[in-house]
Amino acid sequence: MKTEGKSSKLLRIHRDDNVLIVIRPIRPGDRDLLDGREVVFSQDVAIGHKVAARDIKAGEKVYKCGVPIGSTKQDVPAGGHIHLHNLKSDYLSTYTLDKDHVFVK
Amino acid sequence: MSSSNDSQFRGYLRSDGRKGIRNCIVVAYLVECAHHVAREIVSYFRGQPVHLIGFGGCYPNAYADRMMQQLCTHPNVGGVLLLSLGCESFNRHRLAERVAGTGRPVSTIVIQQTGGTRKSIDAGKAWVQQSLQKLEEVPRVPISINELVVGTVCGGSDATSGISANPAVGRAFDMLVEQGAATIFEETGEMIGLEDVMSARAVTPDLGRELKSSVEKAAFYYKEMGHASFAPGNAEGGLTTIEEKSIGAYCKSGDSPISGLLKPGDVPPHGGLYLLDVVPDGEVRFGFPNINDNAEIAELIACGSHVILFTTGRGSVVGSAISPVIKICANPETFDRMSEDMDVNAGKILRLEASVDDVGKEIFDKVLDLVSGSQSCSESLGHQEFVLTYKSFEPIGPACLPG
Repeated sequence: MKTEGKSSKLLRIHRDDNVLIVIRPIRPGDRDLLDGREVVFSQDVAIGHKVAARDIKAGEKVYKCGVPIGSTKQDVPAGGHIHLHNLKSDYLSTYTLDKDHVFVK
Repeated sequence: MSSSNDSQFRGYLRSDGRKGIRNCIVVAYLVECAHHVAREIVSYFRGQPVHLIGFGGCYPNAYADRMMQQLCTHPNVGGVLLLSLGCESFNRHRLAERVAGTGRPVSTIVIQQTGGTRKSIDAGKAWVQQSLQKLEEVPRVPISINELVVGTVCGGSDATSGISANPAVGRAFDMLVEQGAATIFEETGEMIGLEDVMSARAVTPDLGRELKSSVEKAAFYYKEMGHASFAPGNAEGGLTTIEEKSIGAYCKSGDSPISGLLKPGDVPPHGGLYLLDVVPDGEVRFGFPNINDNAEIAELIACGSHVILFTTGRGSVVGSAISPVIKICANPETFDRMSEDMDVNAGKILRLEASVDDVGKEIFDKVLDLVSGSQSCSESLGHQEFVLTYKSFEPIGPACLPG
């Protein structure tokens, strides 16, 4: 496994992936170089979460470990946090709790 | 125990030829109405190898019958006390006969016949006391890696599970299989999205088709339930979709060819890697396939697992009755917070302090430590969780175990 960018906070698992894994917490204002372009992070991203390795268009498949894990619901710029708000399963919807601890789809 | 011929470790020989790495008495209630009496008996023997298992339902169920038979005759079990209220449907006679047929000490206390709670607790305590001494008579014989069955499960997963702990378990599985052990991975509901990748690893094309159809069955079943195998904590931990969770879960299987497909209670016929199909057959009945992690662990143990490798990112604390559970922590922050519950820190991989191979070897060595008698964290903390609920299965077909 090798880190990507300059910060050593992002891990590339597979060469075909269009997402990177956060291995040290990202803070607002952190900078990194992704896909040849400087990216400034505007929010906290916890370890284990994913960010886009490059610009990803709405409806594109997202690849992690070289395998598709769903499709984007909207455009995501390089460095953008990829999670429930912009990625959906191609199989079964994900149910989880919202910020008010209500079970939502 | 560095090779399959090494005999420095000694197991407990059972009449079916299998060998245990533990020698415990199980106290099994056969309906919820007998649970309290069983628990009181077990709690009297705190710190001794006396474990509580049971089935709460009053209606008959072939799956629960088979699970109880396989658990009560598991190689880690040396004696069995059955607790019956007296009027439940569970066939206590058949279960007692099966256990007696293996030569293990077995006794049944029927609460209604014994005269109620206190008399049943006293009778049970006396029987267990006497049987603990008989456990000493079980022959100790050399046990090799190629006689071990090791299961794996993940629980409280986050996105780190799939990049540190689970690949490391995969590496440990490869090492175990290379040395002749049987290894079992499970939760076909967490193979959704990977059915073709997995089928390609089957030792025969027919088995590949069986593996694929077990995942399709799971996808259908979970769709009917309206819910994938996905908990809110998974999303908080960075997992977004069931496919993403699947990749993480799947890599626990390592790289060995897949030798067979089992259903709960089927014991692997020889070494190799097996998939355990945990999703019921037929129409959707009785609710979710497995209501929690311990329901899966109980099924892996019913398939003969001596040891369970449990990976967690969010931080599960559970252990199990009958077989020890090794906890492998994927997330370095969780490990720092909950280290007393964790046997292996796979979070080192994310801090770039160890490789997947290094941690795989550490897990492999931890299995051997347990075989030699040392306790896992959950064992020493007294965890003995157990869950068994209603399910229904058809027997596996001939293509599932090709040889």
